[in-house]
Amino acid sequence: MAQLLIKNGFVYDPLNRIDGEKMDILVRDGKIVDKLDGKRKRVIDASGMIVMPGGVDIHSHIAGPKVNSGRILRPEDHFRDVEVKTAKTRSGVGRSIPSTFTTGYRYARMGYTTVMDPAMPPLKARHTHEELNDTPIIDKASYPLLGDCWYVLEALRRGSVEECAAYVAWTMKATRGYVIKLVNPGGLEAWGFGRNVRNIDDPVPNFEITPREIVQGLCRVNQLLHMPHTIHVHTNNLGKPGNYATTLETMKCVENMANGDKPVIHVTHCQFSAFKGDDWRTFESGAEEIAKYVNSHSHVTTDMGQIVFTDTTTMTADGPFQYILYQLSGNKWVNSDVEAETSTGIVPFTYKRSSFVHATQWSIGLELALLIKDPWKIYLTTDHPNAGPFIYYPRIMSWLMSRRAREKLMKRMNRRARHKSLLPTLDREYTFYELAIATRAGQAKALGLKQKGHLGLGADADITIYSIDPASVDPSKKYRLIRRAFKNAAYTIKDGQIVVKNGEIVKSVNGKTFWVDVETSASLMEIEPRLKKEFEDYYTVQYENYIVPEHHLAVSAPVSVKAEV
Amino acid sequence: MTLTLRPKHAFKVPVEADCVTPDAFAGKTADEIGAMKVWEGNRQRNLNELFHIEGESGAKPEEVSMQIVGDVHKVRRIGVGMSAGEIVVMEDAGLHLGEEMRGGRIVVAGNADSWTGSMMRGGVIEVKGDAGDYVGASYRGSTKGMRGGVIIIHGNAGNELGCFMRKGLIKVGGSAGQFVGMHMRDGTILVQGGCEGRAGAEMTGGKIVVCGTVPSVLPTFTIDSVKAKVKIDGEEVAGPFYLFVGDQTEDGDGKLYVAQAPNQHLKFYEAYL
Repeated sequence: MAQLLIKNGFVYDPLNRIDGEKMDILVRDGKIVDKLDGKRKRVIDASGMIVMPGGVDIHSHIAGPKVNSGRILRPEDHFRDVEVKTAKTRSGVGRSIPSTFTTGYRYARMGYTTVMDPAMPPLKARHTHEELNDTPIIDKASYPLLGDCWYVLEALRRGSVEECAAYVAWTMKATRGYVIKLVNPGGLEAWGFGRNVRNIDDPVPNFEITPREIVQGLCRVNQLLHMPHTIHVHTNNLGKPGNYATTLETMKCVENMANGDKPVIHVTHCQFSAFKGDDWRTFESGAEEIAKYVNSHSHVTTDMGQIVFTDTTTMTADGPFQYILYQLSGNKWVNSDVEAETSTGIVPFTYKRSSFVHATQWSIGLELALLIKDPWKIYLTTDHPNAGPFIYYPRIMSWLMSRRAREKLMKRMNRRARHKSLLPTLDREYTFYELAIATRAGQAKALGLKQKGHLGLGADADITIYSIDPASVDPSKKYRLIRRAFKNAAYTIKDGQIVVKNGEIVKSVNGKTFWVDVETSASLMEIEPRLKKEFEDYYTVQYENYIVPEHHLAVSAPVSVKAEV
Repeated sequence: MTLTLRPKHAFKVPVEADCVTPDAFAGKTADEIGAMKVWEGNRQRNLNELFHIEGESGAKPEEVSMQIVGDVHKVRRIGVGMSAGEIVVMEDAGLHLGEEMRGGRIVVAGNADSWTGSMMRGGVIEVKGDAGDYVGASYRGSTKGMRGGVIIIHGNAGNELGCFMRKGLIKVGGSAGQFVGMHMRDGTILVQGGCEGRAGAEMTGGKIVVCGTVPSVLPTFTIDSVKAKVKIDGEEVAGPFYLFVGDQTEDGDGKLYVAQAPNQHLKFYEAYL
């Protein structure tokens, strides 16, 4: 029995309302316990250090065919950032699209232990899981893209929510997926025919259904199936000036479906969906409007999608948006259509401080995080690698925690953007408690991962210890110390095992892959013959080959839910 | 003060020696330099396991002058990112010589391999023999090629000379391979001999001068005029030259000068003048 005692750390565990209390954390067999038996235990002295639950990332493109195409597309991204193999780790390359092993190691070094890959074309599930199997240490899951699936669209057009629910339940099992993901609902399907949708009431060509109906339909399906997370939405018109109105419409369209205080929609990388103005010249921030809405409604959660000024690779399932980005940047690009399901696009991109638009985007992300009052509603992400590689998280944490750090960067950015930005008027600085919500507790809660994001009894012993003393360090002034401490965790503990010590990997373990096993009524699963017909008509693969068997996952962790239907 | 490096044995596998630069050697004794790490294949070694190191280094990079005596054609990345000082390679040099160099001087008495001076920003590289492919080019996938400095090749150069070049000067005494100045944005390339096909493909700016034979000019270049001479770096090169402008597929404004005398098969272009 492996036992571990973490002594005297300042513990931040927002889900259990522990705010910097000095206490001990006890671990036995990979779980948090209230007492240890016997004398055999390892002791970590965490005095003068911060103890938090392992980090959780709700949205980070770390695996799948799109990520892999990005790797192939960008040799110049890798060659300056090479990781040499050690006795414990494998070699790899890094920067904006790190190789799988490097992804796992780097997340663990920052103290993250659970990372969600947010865009898996169902057809490519096998590839995605193979990459996730090779991503060590971290626990992970993948979100199948369902907002543009022909079967979903047709079922919703027929008004048959239950049939759609049956298909979604089947897909979760067949692709070992975790969340219903919608990307530019309807727009990707239109893109297959060279078109797009303009707003949430613009009918999808060939399907006579609007994005509004898709969002509402899948939101209802999500509720019927009792999924652990809400629907995860990348809005229509993403990355276009004036799109904040579409974002508000999308949030509003499921407003009356809310059930109590429980969120029903997650609007992801909100920064890209909070643009105001008519074109790039009159471009400005719509963060205030979005924040106002989110502050007064409890059915929405969001994540930042914070810009970092660096060279990165944008990759989304939003093919039409990526095509626009190619036209704007003139860079090399990849665009493709995934049979009857979705599309994809990749464009390398450099965010520049000197650019008015990029600097405004940087400002929007932080404005959202600071204007949305409740930290349980907005989480820290960069939509890795779209707005910046995840290795820059410590820098974003310092911007959230220190007004001085924000102002220092603002002095060096585009003057017009600086004058228009709301940031100079915002005094708010995140506390360590709020940071713990934005980087782990809030994300775990939103994802419905009951074992993650907290240090209460019975939780998974995913613990991070950062070498920074909250009693003596003022994060507002010493933001450089924050960056250093959060970049390399003093200890990262995964399932009770020490995997990182002083920023070095000391042990590589296999993380779990979560997927949702929905139990539905037997009659609901009578869609199978129709599905088989669908595969014969529309797909290049057989029904039987499409399904990813459970043994294909290195460590399978099904999350069982019982559906209403 | 000169530092001399002599290989202790003939290298069978590639050696990654990116520490062999005046910047890394400055202010160090021969022993300290000998303790620096290099990779020989998949094994990490001390520099003095591979080289005899004699002489003295300088206090600052600009005071460092080193000589590499012996065959180092398996030794990669000599002079990477150097900002000042001098490196003289007495025989052949390996891949990536003077990559991302910012200043100083590298002289190779023998041949240099591919990627010589790629992504270079300043300084001078002189190769007495031939050079391989991608001289002064960008790294694979990148659009940032040579951005300053001078590369002089006395012999022949390989393919994709000055690919994605943005600034600076490349002179080739002999002939060059295919795709001279591909994707070039600015800067100057002079080839004293001939070159193989597709010179200036997708170039959007800059100047390419070919004094010898070219098999043909890409159809996406239009003839502009015939010039009696071309000025390169203050020196005049006597012509006459056909001046082509392109590459039209990229809406480019690059200038491709091709000598008239050895290229009689291009005479038909004169009808369009």
